[in-house]
Amino acid sequence: MEEPFVKTEIRKDENIVYKRTDLLVDRPLSYCPGCGHGVVHRMLMETLEEMDIQDKTIGVSPVGCSVLAYDFMNIDMLGAAHGRAPALATAIKRLWPNKFVFTYQGDGDLAAIGTAETIHACNRGENFTIIFINNGIYGMTGGQMAPTTLPGMRSSTSPYGRDVQTMGHPLKITELIANLPGVYYVTRQAVHTPSHVRKTKKAIRKAFEQQKENKGIAFIEVVSNCNSGWKMTPVQSNKWMEENMFPFYPLGDIKLDGKLIQKSEIAK
Amino acid sequence: MTEEIIIAGFGGQGVLSMGKILAYSGVMQNKEVSWMPSYGPEMRGGTANVTVILSDERISSPILNSFDTAIILNQQSLDKFEKAVKPGGLLIYDPNGITKLPSRKDINIYSIAAADEAGKLGLSKIFNMIVLGGFLKLKPLVQPEFIHKGLEKSLPARHHKLIPDNEKAIEIGKGLIQAVQVLN
Amino acid sequence: MGELRLMKGNEAVAEAAIRAGCDGYFGYPITPQSEVMEYLMAEKPHERTGMVVLQAESETASINMLYGAAGTGKMVMTSSSSPGISLMQEGISYMAGAELPAVIVNVVRGGPGLGTIQPSQADYFQAVKGGGHGDYKLVVLAPASVQEMCDHVKLGFDLAFKYRNPVMILSDGAIGQMMEKVVLFDPIPRRSEEDLIKQNPWAATGKPKSREHIIITSLDLDPAGQERVNLKLQAKYKKIEENEILYETLGCEDAEFIFVAFGLSARICQKSMDLARAKGIKIGLFRPITLFPFPVKAIHDLGKKVKGMLVVEMNAGQMIEDVKLSVGCSIKIEHYGRFGGIIPTPDEVVKALETQIIGG
Repeated sequence: MEEPFVKTEIRKDENIVYKRTDLLVDRPLSYCPGCGHGVVHRMLMETLEEMDIQDKTIGVSPVGCSVLAYDFMNIDMLGAAHGRAPALATAIKRLWPNKFVFTYQGDGDLAAIGTAETIHACNRGENFTIIFINNGIYGMTGGQMAPTTLPGMRSSTSPYGRDVQTMGHPLKITELIANLPGVYYVTRQAVHTPSHVRKTKKAIRKAFEQQKENKGIAFIEVVSNCNSGWKMTPVQSNKWMEENMFPFYPLGDIKLDGKLIQKSEIAK
Repeated sequence: MTEEIIIAGFGGQGVLSMGKILAYSGVMQNKEVSWMPSYGPEMRGGTANVTVILSDERISSPILNSFDTAIILNQQSLDKFEKAVKPGGLLIYDPNGITKLPSRKDINIYSIAAADEAGKLGLSKIFNMIVLGGFLKLKPLVQPEFIHKGLEKSLPARHHKLIPDNEKAIEIGKGLIQAVQVLN
Repeated sequence: MGELRLMKGNEAVAEAAIRAGCDGYFGYPITPQSEVMEYLMAEKPHERTGMVVLQAESETASINMLYGAAGTGKMVMTSSSSPGISLMQEGISYMAGAELPAVIVNVVRGGPGLGTIQPSQADYFQAVKGGGHGDYKLVVLAPASVQEMCDHVKLGFDLAFKYRNPVMILSDGAIGQMMEKVVLFDPIPRRSEEDLIKQNPWAATGKPKSREHIIITSLDLDPAGQERVNLKLQAKYKKIEENEILYETLGCEDAEFIFVAFGLSARICQKSMDLARAKGIKIGLFRPITLFPFPVKAIHDLGKKVKGMLVVEMNAGQMIEDVKLSVGCSIKIEHYGRFGGIIPTPDEVVKALETQIIGG
């Protein structure tokens, strides 16, 4: 006869070296294993916890893979229509100037259907933070071509690779945004190695600190992988990202304290 | 009492503002009023018109087929609205630029040479107030004190210094209007 | 008595919003309603009450700004005219789905497409039957005067918050552009943030330790969950139908025939009624003030007493469908309409009554 299963708590306070922040809801993430979204969620929520602004933060989630971000982030949130998050955030911040407001958007949401909302909110210099996850593909709808899909890159709607002659060029919206006077801080980061994760978290902290000073938009692009959409293993996808995405979308700060610090492609 | 008025002429003659001052004066005298600018396919060729209704009762349609009074400032408007005056109603026109005179015998017709007079006095900007004065002489629907208040409310504060000139123009109009006899 | 003013309908909407304690207006210029934002910008409501006014980059952005602000419990309004309202349908559907309160003013112009800038009532179906995707209803108010343009803003906010539902004020270019005497209601102070949070515990205002986090969304991927959402919405609409119907009758007591008309058309019919009664025709006027909820029972009951109804609309026949559904097939019900920005005159309405209903 088998012994009945007895659940034993093996975690002990004195052994804990890392803990999930209470600002992440205790439920499984809906993202594919290997995806960068979960890491960015954690960095974002840890930042809010460290700044102790959970009760002062209102977030806006997009349509795309992170449509359910509000289920994982233990803060008050609104789910926007596709691309409209910057419009929601504009009104929320205008009417609650003492709150911290952010949008969390993917490339299709921010750089295709929501281009107008993104550019105009940035150009008005609204005082909120935009977290932009760029993985060069529409993940949720099954791997279609995104505005940021690289030339020659395959997707379900560019099965023979993106032909820029007929499908247009990838949009470097972050460089475009950086040139707008209402934008104060623009950086491009990644979350595929511990050191990149740390840099991303620092960038998020910087962006939220700047909200207190009403300096204008802080815009953080995170170049991320989509191993499912790219049809690779997580490890392969990170390698592919380093070799293909980073040359086209180079990491680093683009605008600091309201000043452009590296010559962007579009400024040439 | 309900008075249904159409004021019509060229854009720039002060048609809409004349209507507004009359309407606002009515409001100040606590009458029901409506002011409906030309709003339809007839709004072409630079003509402007406004329907003003002053009443002691709730006003029904702000858009009308026929009027108690037509105040006419150009030939196109005369052609269009002479026939819209109710039998026994009033038609006032400025003869300046009028080549085909009104001909109805079942209405009361008055002429007011406001454009000429305004030109002579150098008051062309308040030509419309001379016309309004003529109308108020025949139909004193609102009292001078409420006209004053109506001017105060209608004109932006920076133009309040012009109120005495406006009131003077109204008085001039009262002396200028004269009955027209339609001959066979 | 409140302050007396001579105002355009569009200006009355703007002034009423400030006085109602509105927190924010988001809009985009379009004829014939641009005076709403022009008036607000000139009035500097930020200095008067703290109200925020923002010119957005599009109607799409305006309505989504409304969605964002309404989701945090703020009292917000937008206005537009037909083509702009079409663009807003996405956001309106989301707001209905997420059960957010807001007032949306449509100063209707003739369509379809770019149409004309002249007045029309051709957006009745769009306003009353949904407009955007999904099974939802707006509360729809139909002002017939500048005074009602003012009063319906306040009523609209009351209903929007009472039912957590978007409210549309369905006006038209004529009522927006014409001036009438208005008695303005006394200003109501804007709610403090504390009162807002207390009165709207559902709103996303920042999560304190003491409660669960709040999510404002219209998404439920589980079909059973989404069916529950729909059932809840339908129950709410039923409650609105039971409690919030508004209409006006004139001369219906002895009437043999009835004009049914809303908004500006009802004003014209009132004049037509005077003309017809002078000819000895016993005619009354039924004016729905709420288009949703529609006064079904009142029209049904009236249908049992009269010989015929003429539904007068500045469209090709939209509200007539609801009138027919309300009455049934027992009497003659005809439509008379003008389109493309043409306003029917009182005379032609009487003629239509004589030919289509009495003689027809």
